[in-house]
Amino acid sequence: MSATSDSPAQQATANGEEPTRRDFIHILTAAVAAAGGAASVVPLVHQMNPDASVLALSTTEVDLSSLEPGQAIKVMWQGKPVFIRHRTEEEIAAAERTPLSALKDPVARNDNIDDSRAPATDENRRVNPAFLVIVGICTHLGCVPLGTAQGEVKGDYGGWFCPCHGSHYDTAGRIRKGPAPENLPVPPYQFVTDTLIRIG
Amino acid sequence: MTSIGTLKVLAGAGFAAAMALGAGPALAAGGAAELKHQHWHFDGVFGTFDKEALQRGYQVYEAVCSNCHGLEHLAFRNLGQKGGPFHLDACPEGAPETLDCSNPNENPIVKTIAANYKYQVTDGPDETGEMFERAPIPSDRIPGPYRNEQQARAANNGALPPDLSLIIKARPHGADYVYSLLTGYEDAPATVSVAPGQYYNPYFPGDMSQQMKPEYLDEEGHPREGVEVPPGGVLAMAPPLADGMVDYVDPNTPETVEQYAKDVVEFLAWAAEPKMEERKKLGVMTLAYLLILTGLLYWSYREIWSKVDR
Amino acid sequence: MAYESTYKPGTAIERWLDKRLPIVRLAYDSFVDFPTPKNLNYWWTFGGILVVCLMIQIITGVILAMHYTPHVDHAFDSVEHIMRDVNYGWLMRYIHSNGASMFFLAVYIHMFRGLYYGSYKEPREMIWILGVVIFLLMMGAAFMGYVLPWGQMSFWGATVITNILGAIPVVGESIRTLLWGGFSVDNPTLNRFFSLHYLLPFAIFGVVILHVWALHVPGNNNPTGVEVKTRKDTVPFHPYYTVKDSFAIAAFLVLFAAFVFFNPNALGHPDNYIKADPLVTPAHIVPEWYFLPFYAILRAITFDIGPISSKLGGVIAMFGSIGVLFFLPWLDTSKVRSMRYRPTAQLWFFLLVIDCVFLGYLGGQPAEGLYVTLAQIATAYYFAYFLIILPLLGVLETPKPLPKSISEAVLKPAKPGAAASPQAAPAE
Repeated sequence: MSATSDSPAQQATANGEEPTRRDFIHILTAAVAAAGGAASVVPLVHQMNPDASVLALSTTEVDLSSLEPGQAIKVMWQGKPVFIRHRTEEEIAAAERTPLSALKDPVARNDNIDDSRAPATDENRRVNPAFLVIVGICTHLGCVPLGTAQGEVKGDYGGWFCPCHGSHYDTAGRIRKGPAPENLPVPPYQFVTDTLIRIG
Repeated sequence: MTSIGTLKVLAGAGFAAAMALGAGPALAAGGAAELKHQHWHFDGVFGTFDKEALQRGYQVYEAVCSNCHGLEHLAFRNLGQKGGPFHLDACPEGAPETLDCSNPNENPIVKTIAANYKYQVTDGPDETGEMFERAPIPSDRIPGPYRNEQQARAANNGALPPDLSLIIKARPHGADYVYSLLTGYEDAPATVSVAPGQYYNPYFPGDMSQQMKPEYLDEEGHPREGVEVPPGGVLAMAPPLADGMVDYVDPNTPETVEQYAKDVVEFLAWAAEPKMEERKKLGVMTLAYLLILTGLLYWSYREIWSKVDR
Repeated sequence: MAYESTYKPGTAIERWLDKRLPIVRLAYDSFVDFPTPKNLNYWWTFGGILVVCLMIQIITGVILAMHYTPHVDHAFDSVEHIMRDVNYGWLMRYIHSNGASMFFLAVYIHMFRGLYYGSYKEPREMIWILGVVIFLLMMGAAFMGYVLPWGQMSFWGATVITNILGAIPVVGESIRTLLWGGFSVDNPTLNRFFSLHYLLPFAIFGVVILHVWALHVPGNNNPTGVEVKTRKDTVPFHPYYTVKDSFAIAAFLVLFAAFVFFNPNALGHPDNYIKADPLVTPAHIVPEWYFLPFYAILRAITFDIGPISSKLGGVIAMFGSIGVLFFLPWLDTSKVRSMRYRPTAQLWFFLLVIDCVFLGYLGGQPAEGLYVTLAQIATAYYFAYFLIILPLLGVLETPKPLPKSISEAVLKPAKPGAAASPQAAPAE
């Protein structure tokens, strides 16, 4: 052993004739190893994203033919409740009459409209005036508002009422009173036929 | 021999023996005939699935196999996923712009296949609490011919047609085995008697000594001198394929039993391991990376140790 | 041999932490400045490789558990769901299933290395004993893990192995029923095997910490078996052995990846791609390759020994084959540690390696005819090695002269035919 010192590590670094080349090798090796480590994180994390069978069910088709005016149903879409209400003439009129100035959240929140700043008029919240389709999750803290089933409390504005913290939504699903900050969002959907919609 | 050298050789031998054992159980199949070894498109490090063969193979499955065998681990959407028989990179002309045909759930071919499939799926319960039948959609598993095992046995003289989604991986040398079985039916040798509803196949693992006719056996039930027990066994599946029974679109592809068998095995190999192409591709990259890293580490190692006397 | 800590906390934060929780000092003393014999060869890299194997198994295992359903109706389907639908699920499962094989391959090499170089001998008995405990826990984890996919081999392997316990006199039946949670291998069995399979790796991790702790008290053994005399015999663990171990780990991963990506089912069994069926036993039941030697020993006892039935005798022999390892430090009576200086013992050792491989081969063959006789001979040699040959050799053989120190062994050019040949002495 050429090193007489008790610490070969010091010896090795102190005696290096070509420190730059030597360092380069180690830095390169460490960098390649680190890159591999980083790349291997991709599958380890990506496995938690929705898998192919979940993605396949990301659209839901709903038949509306048996839904009478005044009635509403809840359906599941991507694990979330979606409210579909067949609105009466009065409910549509009440929603259309409401001035934008009376709204707490003036934005339409409609995934079917490209303009993300579109005003929250009733026209911007619907496709077919008779059918209102909204995601039934209170924008406050995620409870499911009441008002879909017959006999449930519909709140001060005849739409939905969230029992958790008292948010009131009107007949277009817009927040009117209470702590919720935003209107109930409209999911992407389209009418496949006059009475069949596909959500998602 | 140095001790290190010996250890190396022994470790190598041990591992080789362990590897050989992996193939060992093939012998346990009994006295079946040597399989017809085929060159498969998916063999080897760079082997891929032949997409046209996959499509023809699916056609054979749907026209023939699916009459008795299910494919329970596959959904229709799988047929349109990347690497699947009907995957599309882009939509055919005239399709709506919003449609993403590379998404297997929106793939028009897959949708048509599902909607027109020979079996319905059971869904429900509906509003009245009843289950109902409907046409499949891409997210549905491919429905099989029977509702349950009992129905399958009742329809097949008590035999259960196995599900085919993993058949290639569930048999030793699965691809060659299924090919040999499908193309290997022959008339039973004169020395054996085969019960009605049973069919002789030299590649089916079985024990033909139980089927020997009494005149070829001695008093103790062993075959007489000069009489050999034929290889293979008997099974309840009649020869499923016949020349010309499935019409291929491409006029240049022969409509023979051999071609049908080859195509359907290609399809079933894909069905058993649909991620094979992805796996091999990632494997080539991973191995290339690891070899570079190993080389660099060796270099780094030599540098660091160059100052140590040993 | 206790070393003084050379850790010097550099920053104020390190000084503050060092007074309260000297964890950086512990890591520094254990894995940075730890004085390690400078003549360790590649057989010593398998400790690091095994740590990597354990980490890989735990990480991929935790991920698989996110997608797996431990229920007899869903287990098989959920594994296929992982293989087909989950993003990179096929990769996670193939790494995990082949990882078990790689783990055992590495552990067997690690154990034979310890056997050859006498690493179990005084003062390293505890390291060896803890290692055997880890090996036992690994076998338990691997066995229960193989049950989880609920294929035919899973089910029938579980049935056969749990039935072994029924051979224990008086309490065997009750233990078996307790383990099953029923009257056969069924859903309760699958549920508890899943729970225990998840638990055991963390128990292994704990014992590994003890194993490494015990290693750092006397320090590493080395190919000469001569204890470190001065610091001149050593190099600091970092960077010398960190880089060498890293190189070996990367090379090992090449083999690992070759299996995972290009032959992922080579070490498995086709029957496990058939869903478990309690009414049909596969024609030929074999355990995973790493259990085959023990399976051969189990089946080799085909005769009654006095009041002990052959069934119980097989079970005793199988557990005894591992149990005997606990007593190895006291069975080996030789004063010389490394077999490099024990030419006679060397031959018996290599015969043991061949014997174990041969037992593995026999474990995969049907238990009939000549195979049984050969398995009995091989089993007899296995036990004779530990119980007769090693104790006697220590007294009878004449070892070669030992070098005075590691440095001497390394620096002196070896005479032709001498033990420390040029290839064998240094690290490669």
